[in-house]
Amino acid sequence: MSGAALPYLAILRARFVLMLQYRAAAFAGFATQCWWGAIKLMTFAAFYAGAGPQPITLTQTITYIWLSQALLALLPWQADADIAEAVESGNIAYERLRPVDTHSFWLARAVAQRAANTVLRLAPMFVLAAVALPLIGQSAWSWRLPATGGATALFALSISLTVMLSAAFTVLLNIAVTALKTRRASNLAPVLVTPLSGMIVPLALMPAWSQPILFWQPFAGLCDIPYRIYFGNLTGGAALAGLCAQLLWIAAFVVGGRFWLARVMARVDMQGS
Amino acid sequence: MAHIVVENLSKHYRVAARDPGLMGALRGLLRRREREIVALDRVSFSLKEGELLGFIGPNGAGKSTTIKILSGILRPSAGRCTVNGRVPWQDRIAHVARIGVVFGQRTQLWWDLPIAESFDLLRDIYRVDPKRFARTKERLVAMLRIGAVLDTPLRQLSLGQRMRCEIAAALLHTPSILFLDEPTIGLDAVSKLALREFVKDLNRRDGVTVLLTTHDMHDIEALARRVIIIGNGRVLRDSSFEAMRAEVLGERRLIVDYQAELADVAVEGAELRGRDGRTVEYGFDPARTAAHTLIARVAAAHEVSDIRVEDPKIEEVIARFYALHGAVDA
Repeated sequence: MSGAALPYLAILRARFVLMLQYRAAAFAGFATQCWWGAIKLMTFAAFYAGAGPQPITLTQTITYIWLSQALLALLPWQADADIAEAVESGNIAYERLRPVDTHSFWLARAVAQRAANTVLRLAPMFVLAAVALPLIGQSAWSWRLPATGGATALFALSISLTVMLSAAFTVLLNIAVTALKTRRASNLAPVLVTPLSGMIVPLALMPAWSQPILFWQPFAGLCDIPYRIYFGNLTGGAALAGLCAQLLWIAAFVVGGRFWLARVMARVDMQGS
Repeated sequence: MAHIVVENLSKHYRVAARDPGLMGALRGLLRRREREIVALDRVSFSLKEGELLGFIGPNGAGKSTTIKILSGILRPSAGRCTVNGRVPWQDRIAHVARIGVVFGQRTQLWWDLPIAESFDLLRDIYRVDPKRFARTKERLVAMLRIGAVLDTPLRQLSLGQRMRCEIAAALLHTPSILFLDEPTIGLDAVSKLALREFVKDLNRRDGVTVLLTTHDMHDIEALARRVIIIGNGRVLRDSSFEAMRAEVLGERRLIVDYQAELADVAVEGAELRGRDGRTVEYGFDPARTAAHTLIARVAAAHEVSDIRVEDPKIEEVIARFYALHGAVDA
């Protein structure tokens, strides 16, 4: 490693390795997500049994649910805990003493944290839902493989953008926490992120009139867009539009975040600490 | 060339204020009231390369604010300042790459990482050449005696070990200036002595410019040749330590235990500084009245059970100095 990216890659790697140590938390998370996954499967099965044809099939919805449980840790529902802690204790001053661009530094930290947490939970969930369930004769409830080879490639691209999008939004939460000097500044995030990402109900199942709005709002790129690419509900131009929506919001969050951070850091006072 | 130039630096904070009680809170909902606090008021000084400057003053005097502005964390409200020819808050990244900062009550190391890994991370963050880093680290580890704790996470270290690691961390990129904000706070006597020795060495042998703030007068006594006393955001005195000592430590103390409690204890050539029952404390100027003359006068006037001559405690002298300039804890 060398050159301009060195500090950012260094913090990314250190953070990633550190997060991988939290195996107990990952196991607890995995158990919770299996339980929630099962409840959601039953709820949606009941819903499909009583309703007419839907924009996505029950089989697709089941895969959607498993994906959302496996990739839950990608959702940006709170600020970086270490940065919140530093803001509350006054250590945040040290962030300004590092010869690095603070926004990029926080973005690298957030990428590492989201990616590491997800890696730990992804594999066991896949083994359970995609391998074990069919083996015990429960294929109807199982996590299906991607629709096509093309869908696999597009999904890989889209989920990488999801990591960036999630990290860029995490940095916005960090800045909010810094501006208001309390970690509670990010408490509103789950209220926005959880429903608007499609984590609770796939966005495709929402009313037809709301579809364009839901597709182009920032949080669809966290779950709905990559998952629909995965099982072939978004293909061709629609899939490209999905990737564009993700890129657009990453750019908006990064540009807006840089501007906001500069303002917050210019007037942050840190008196008496 | 001067390393650090500070001219008329001022910093004002706005803090929320409201009247006490329920009505005050309700009024505060409708109209926010802000009060302005002057943390620094036209502070000026300059520092040459290789100098060691001690900053003293009561809590809230503006010592930390000065360090925060010089290190690029805070923007001043008015005034000019350059460090190594750069304006800290305008050219932050280039500036902080050349300075080291230790805040005694803060940590720049990572809580969960072993010290050695924190150091490696700092190497990459400061883009230090790996060979040079290895040499610097080896030297710092030996001087600060932290070899045994390198594989331990920060959270498991004692305060003394932690502070030595913090100092090493601030020097891994071989900065030309070191800012120390109350580095000895909370340390035991042995750790304080070791830290002072190290800082003195660093300044003398490596020529690192050091700017130190402290409450501990012994830090100043052991380290600083030059002292700035700051109070209510203003520079009250900028002089050599010896000059300051001569000025405020010129007085000596005569403590007398009389055999009985007396109504009139006045002695010619000495001023009454305090009394506690039969014990009376006088201050005198040894240049005008010799100690033995004074003792003879006291002994001749009344029955005495004990007499001692002492220097006033430096803390006490500084406290008197603050009171004289109205610079008590703001």
